[in-house]
Amino acid sequence: MTEISRRKLFATAGALVVAFSLPGEAETNQKLPGSLSSEPRLSGWIRVDAKGDITVFTGKAELGQGIRTALTQLAAEQLDVAPARVTVVTADTGQTANEGYTAGSHSMQDSGTAIVNASAEVRSLLVEAAAARLGLPAASLSTQDGRVTAPDGRSLGYGELAAALSPDRSATPGNRLKDPKAHKVMGQSLQRVDIPAKVTGGAAYVQDMRLPGMVHARIIRPPSYGATLLELDSAKVEAMPGVLKVVREGSYLAVIAEKEWQAVVAMRSLAGAAKWNAGRALPDPATIFDTIRALPSRAIVIRDDQANVAAGTRSVSARYLRPYGMHGSIGPSCAIGLMQGDSLTVWTHTQGVYPDRQAIAALLKMPQAKIRCIHVEGSGCYGHNGADDAAGDAALLARAMPERPVRVQWMREQENTWEPYTPAMVTEASAALDASGRIVDWQYGVWSNAHSTRPGGAGELIAGWSLPEPTIPSAPVPIPQPEGGGDRNAIPLYNVPNMKVVSHFIPEMPLRVSAMRGLGAYMNVFSIESFMHELAEAAGADQVAFRLKHLSDPRARDVINLAAERFGWNAAAPLAKDHGRGFAFARYKNLAAYAAVAVEVSVDRESGLVRVIRADIAVDSGEVVNPDGIRNQIQGGFVQSSSWTLVEELRWSTAAITSRDWGGYPILRFQNVPQSVTVHLIDRPGLPFLGTGEAAQGPTAAAIANAVADAAKLRVRQLPLSPTRMKAALSA
Amino acid sequence: MISLNVNGTIHHLDVDPNIPLLYVLRDELGLNGAKFGCGLGQCGACTVMLDGQAIFSCLTPAIVLEGRQIRTVEGLGTVEQPGVLQQAFIDEQAAQCGYCIAGMIMRAQALLERNPSPTDAEIRTQMQPNLCRCGTHMRIIVAIKRASQAMGHAALPAAAVKEVVR
Ligand code: FES
Ligand code: FES
Repeated sequence: MTEISRRKLFATAGALVVAFSLPGEAETNQKLPGSLSSEPRLSGWIRVDAKGDITVFTGKAELGQGIRTALTQLAAEQLDVAPARVTVVTADTGQTANEGYTAGSHSMQDSGTAIVNASAEVRSLLVEAAAARLGLPAASLSTQDGRVTAPDGRSLGYGELAAALSPDRSATPGNRLKDPKAHKVMGQSLQRVDIPAKVTGGAAYVQDMRLPGMVHARIIRPPSYGATLLELDSAKVEAMPGVLKVVREGSYLAVIAEKEWQAVVAMRSLAGAAKWNAGRALPDPATIFDTIRALPSRAIVIRDDQANVAAGTRSVSARYLRPYGMHGSIGPSCAIGLMQGDSLTVWTHTQGVYPDRQAIAALLKMPQAKIRCIHVEGSGCYGHNGADDAAGDAALLARAMPERPVRVQWMREQENTWEPYTPAMVTEASAALDASGRIVDWQYGVWSNAHSTRPGGAGELIAGWSLPEPTIPSAPVPIPQPEGGGDRNAIPLYNVPNMKVVSHFIPEMPLRVSAMRGLGAYMNVFSIESFMHELAEAAGADQVAFRLKHLSDPRARDVINLAAERFGWNAAAPLAKDHGRGFAFARYKNLAAYAAVAVEVSVDRESGLVRVIRADIAVDSGEVVNPDGIRNQIQGGFVQSSSWTLVEELRWSTAAITSRDWGGYPILRFQNVPQSVTVHLIDRPGLPFLGTGEAAQGPTAAAIANAVADAAKLRVRQLPLSPTRMKAALSA
Repeated sequence: MISLNVNGTIHHLDVDPNIPLLYVLRDELGLNGAKFGCGLGQCGACTVMLDGQAIFSCLTPAIVLEGRQIRTVEGLGTVEQPGVLQQAFIDEQAAQCGYCIAGMIMRAQALLERNPSPTDAEIRTQMQPNLCRCGTHMRIIVAIKRASQAMGHAALPAAAVKEVVR
């Protein structure tokens, strides 16, 4: 019933899903590309129905990044069908492969690579099947528009050919991809398939789902971490119109009502009736960086190069700080749970349906096989926000109200005070220059909490913390190099003979933290690229030339040169009064997309307000599948990172988080977004896809900070570069 | 019992006297366009039009709206036949997650009905109450200019699609 309703709700033109089956246990086959190595069965990725329409299955989720559209293009190109004949089924534990999380700019590298290769192999199998039927060599046949055609004009449809293929067939190694020169769909800016519904009020999000018999829930969270419920008289609320149930399990408190507004009114009343003890005290916000620096940490040396070169003649050092920050999704987290008999279905905007299912199974003490988690889009998340927690809420409340779909949505202040933040961080850099202005020594340390506390276990869902037997969060672990967590991008790509980089991992978490777009890369690139600017100044060198002097990777040099050229980089050219220019570069994770950013800013000396005037960004994402999709991601990443860099800072007191709404956590609004952000792409046909979604975050921060330093003639090393902080610095 | 005119249709509804319009639109009328974002008048995700003005439906009690004209994004067009602004947002691909977009379109519609050829600065001032977390602002501004031009009033919008550099 529910699946049919959902289908109806989200019906798109195109094929029905054929042959439902659960993915088998993953066999490991290292030779297969992308996620084919963990799910080698071709039918786990591509199915062809009787009409010859194509269904693509991906374990990744659409998060507004356009992955559904890009994957459509890959299959349409390699299979020679029109994009309109391709339907993409995204993350669903009942239908798709387990591809872990949709995170870390991995979707194109993992899932895209699997799908492009699986599509090409399915096409070649269809051609072989046709060759056998027609008694002709496969090489003489061609494919177009879902048919295999012989030189004599005979042709067979994919639908009839596919019937002969075994669904258990595994992918085999080998490159069957089309010559990129022949591409008709890949490399084109195909319009996003999800946008028309989103601009006309179609049902596009989990928030928009309306299942038959659905009821509405609201949670009453404790006032702070660890607070427990002392007293509650719920009789009055239970008698309110529409209220079906007050759910209380230990300190976990929620209300379920027929209508959404009734649930909101009842929630407020219940919040007023509940008495809590004080939770654990939060650290003093005024001294948070000292606190972080002083907490016990584990030093992990991630780079230690030593060469026998003459010591530098000039040394420079700096310390950079970034505050806690919020994902701040515009739509608070939401999920729907439905318990039917002993089976649970959860519709969720989680980034990882399989790990979320594992955590929910542990929370409810149910077997995973009895739980299905289906991804449905939510508001953009930019990492681990409240999505998984809301799914945990929906699961608990579905158990409390079986046989009826229970929709739960958080309130704004709940999203703001309970989401896992991106951690505050400290970095320290020192370097030495030789007489020729070359860096000969580089020492760098980064102090940070974990950058992922995703589920996993029941302790990663906040609902569990309030249950009669509270769940305990797993001990945080650092994400190892080469991707890294707090130390993501902590190793610069610059050539320096002596280089030591140490990641100081701090297990104790004063505030709840987890993954946010870019993880530690945002802070490390901000620090490294700010420091490069400071070193170039010390060396009396041009910003762009100084970077190129220390860089040999030709693709890195290409993006830097392109950004500089398009921006019209000329340090000698005069700018308007109180304007400045800045530059920064990074390759995300040192293994994904390359990005170089040049910006011009203005600084108002009276108010301290920084405005970004214009930006030129050059990006190399490997082979480009959808140019406009990449531009949209990079432009959006630039604006978002500008907001982090210029205004954002979590506020709290020792008693509670005080950034409860957009008044307490301002972000950039229309009047302060840049005048222009232009993205320039370097396409690399035939080269691997490089994840792009997070590539702009770090370089944007550093380019802005460098431009501010140029404009203001002083360096502020603590983020954000807010009017208050800038004004204080300018008048000091 | 109240009578509400939403997108030209009169609905007779029996609702709580304090219920904000947003919950009537979503829960009683099954409309998806207006979104819950904050419930506090701080983000604009819930923006709809009331007698030609953009309002926060999360703060506006439904009970006072008898006899007034309410418009939501559903009233501007459909997937098959998008309205001018909706088409401009599609043409400019002015969405990432898209959660803020219906509210953006309604606030822009109110502007264009009042001022068919707004300047960049006027667009930014009008759109100031609405938040986008994905950073789609630049494209939203271009889409509004494009719609303004399609309605026959404004200068050409800035080129939105740049060529791939090979
Ligand atoms: S939901 Fe109405 S302004 Fe935010
Ligand atoms: S497009 Fe995601 S919030 Fe605006």
